[in-house]
Amino acid sequence: METVIKGLRTNRAFAFTTVLVLLLLLTAVAAPILSPYDPTEATMRNAYLPPSAEHLFGTDKLGRDCLSRVLYGARASLSGVLLLVTTVFIVGTSMGVVSGYFGGKVDMVIMRISDMMISFPGMILAIAVAGILGGSLVNAVLALTIVSWTKYARLARSMVLKIKRRDFVEAAVVNGGKPLHILWVHILPNILPIMVITAAADIGALMMELAGLSFLGFGSQPPAPEWGLMLNEGRQQLQTAPWLMVFPGLAIFITVVVFNLWGDNLRDVLDPRQEE
Amino acid sequence: MANKQMMARIGQIALVLLGISFITFALVMLAPGDVVRQMIAGNEDIMVSQAEIDALRAELGLDKPFIFQYLDWLGRALQGNLGFSYMAKKPVIEELLGRLPATIYLSLASLLFMIVVSIPLGIYSAVKRGSVFDYVVRGLTFLGVSVPGFWLGLMLLWILGLKLDLFPIVGGTVSLETIILPATTLGIAMASKYTRQVRTAVLEELHQDYVVGARARGMSEKHILWKEVLPNAMLPLITLMGLSLGNLLGGAAVIEMVFGWPGLGRLAIEAITYRDFQLVQGVVIWIALMYMIINLVVDISYNYLDPRLRKVR
Repeated sequence: METVIKGLRTNRAFAFTTVLVLLLLLTAVAAPILSPYDPTEATMRNAYLPPSAEHLFGTDKLGRDCLSRVLYGARASLSGVLLLVTTVFIVGTSMGVVSGYFGGKVDMVIMRISDMMISFPGMILAIAVAGILGGSLVNAVLALTIVSWTKYARLARSMVLKIKRRDFVEAAVVNGGKPLHILWVHILPNILPIMVITAAADIGALMMELAGLSFLGFGSQPPAPEWGLMLNEGRQQLQTAPWLMVFPGLAIFITVVVFNLWGDNLRDVLDPRQEE
Repeated sequence: MANKQMMARIGQIALVLLGISFITFALVMLAPGDVVRQMIAGNEDIMVSQAEIDALRAELGLDKPFIFQYLDWLGRALQGNLGFSYMAKKPVIEELLGRLPATIYLSLASLLFMIVVSIPLGIYSAVKRGSVFDYVVRGLTFLGVSVPGFWLGLMLLWILGLKLDLFPIVGGTVSLETIILPATTLGIAMASKYTRQVRTAVLEELHQDYVVGARARGMSEKHILWKEVLPNAMLPLITLMGLSLGNLLGGAAVIEMVFGWPGLGRLAIEAITYRDFQLVQGVVIWIALMYMIINLVVDISYNYLDPRLRKVR
């Protein structure tokens, strides 16, 4: 945490991208203030209005204001992806830590499952899981967690294996420290920076996958203003109302760019050994 | 690759397939709604008599305990019978084979795009590190990895297909005209990733001692680059290429949907939407199998290409 604060002061690229991330989050929080209209209010006689001064991003088939929906979409899409990253991070890291620290049979089972997951194209399994369980944001998060946790588990496991042999951990074991205490106090703090960097760098990619599931209809359901879902709805009106497709997609694109830049810079701050 | 290792790999593939098929099977059982009813009616709201449902349930063996159902399915699958697709009205295996060519064409076309674009760009920006060209390439590839493929596809479809009228916008058929847009969409994302990897690989080799040595001995930069650096740098990239081919065969589902491309990914999505579970099961296994075979082939060829590995074994 101290390194991050120091990084904000010394690394200008990191400071700048952090501001951009905060702006995105602020947009999500302040959506009700920023939005000119109610994102779910349908006014049929306003259907399919092209972008104008009154409706900057145009309106959709139900006459809903597209700008308001994109702004509210920041809430749905960002909270969705943050939920996803947190779940993947917690599941993956704890599996990896348990696997690395306790070893033996537990390790074998977890690693075999993880071997199985990486020898398989993840997106198709995610589509199958989300699709079979039925489309909802929670099921989409669940599906992507199932296919994404292994990367974190492997990383955490390899780091735990290294740290386990260090003197301070062995000293703690010799002194009769309980496993949970050792994990919490000695091991976790040492692996967290790298794990956080990985998670931060993954936000963009996970966002695209989550939006992809919504786009296919296996994620958020109407009338939720979620970007992937809006693209799905806009796709059907490509000829008559292309603005319905352009703006939500642009929103995803910009958000992914911002998070990818931020992730890269965070890595520079927390892990200065690696350079481009 | 030694025979023993080969056998181990093949055994592993079999195990993974077993695991994957079990997971999808269990998922189908967990799925909300009556599978049998959906098989008959699809997603439509047709009245189906209970007798009809029970008859089909017994016929499919779906009234037995879960584990027996799975073993039944497995036994039939091992004989090449993956069941019957209610959506396509033909055996699952026939439908899978029918969709295979489209997916292979699209994968190869995207791979071609990727190679043609990324190898020259990656090499040149590594050699000219820090130049304007390098910065532009890095900027563009950054955007390329950050753009959601399905949106990029829609934008291309809208601008090149509708506005400029250069390409057909109605999908469903496989032809040279219809393959360009989906292959470009997939190719842009892959080329962006790959260009960066080529650049990194070449840069890494350029810093090796043997390059310094070759320079000291007065060899031309051209010779060093083409004869020394590139062969070494390209080796690890082959693995990555194999992985992307595997991902393409399975992971292009979203793009296939956007362009109405009649490949396996779209088949998977259609099957799921239609709740045609025998087909879902079949597609997932099929894609997993192809993915793993490609990885195996890549590993084998890698062994032949890298003399260091050959000697050890």
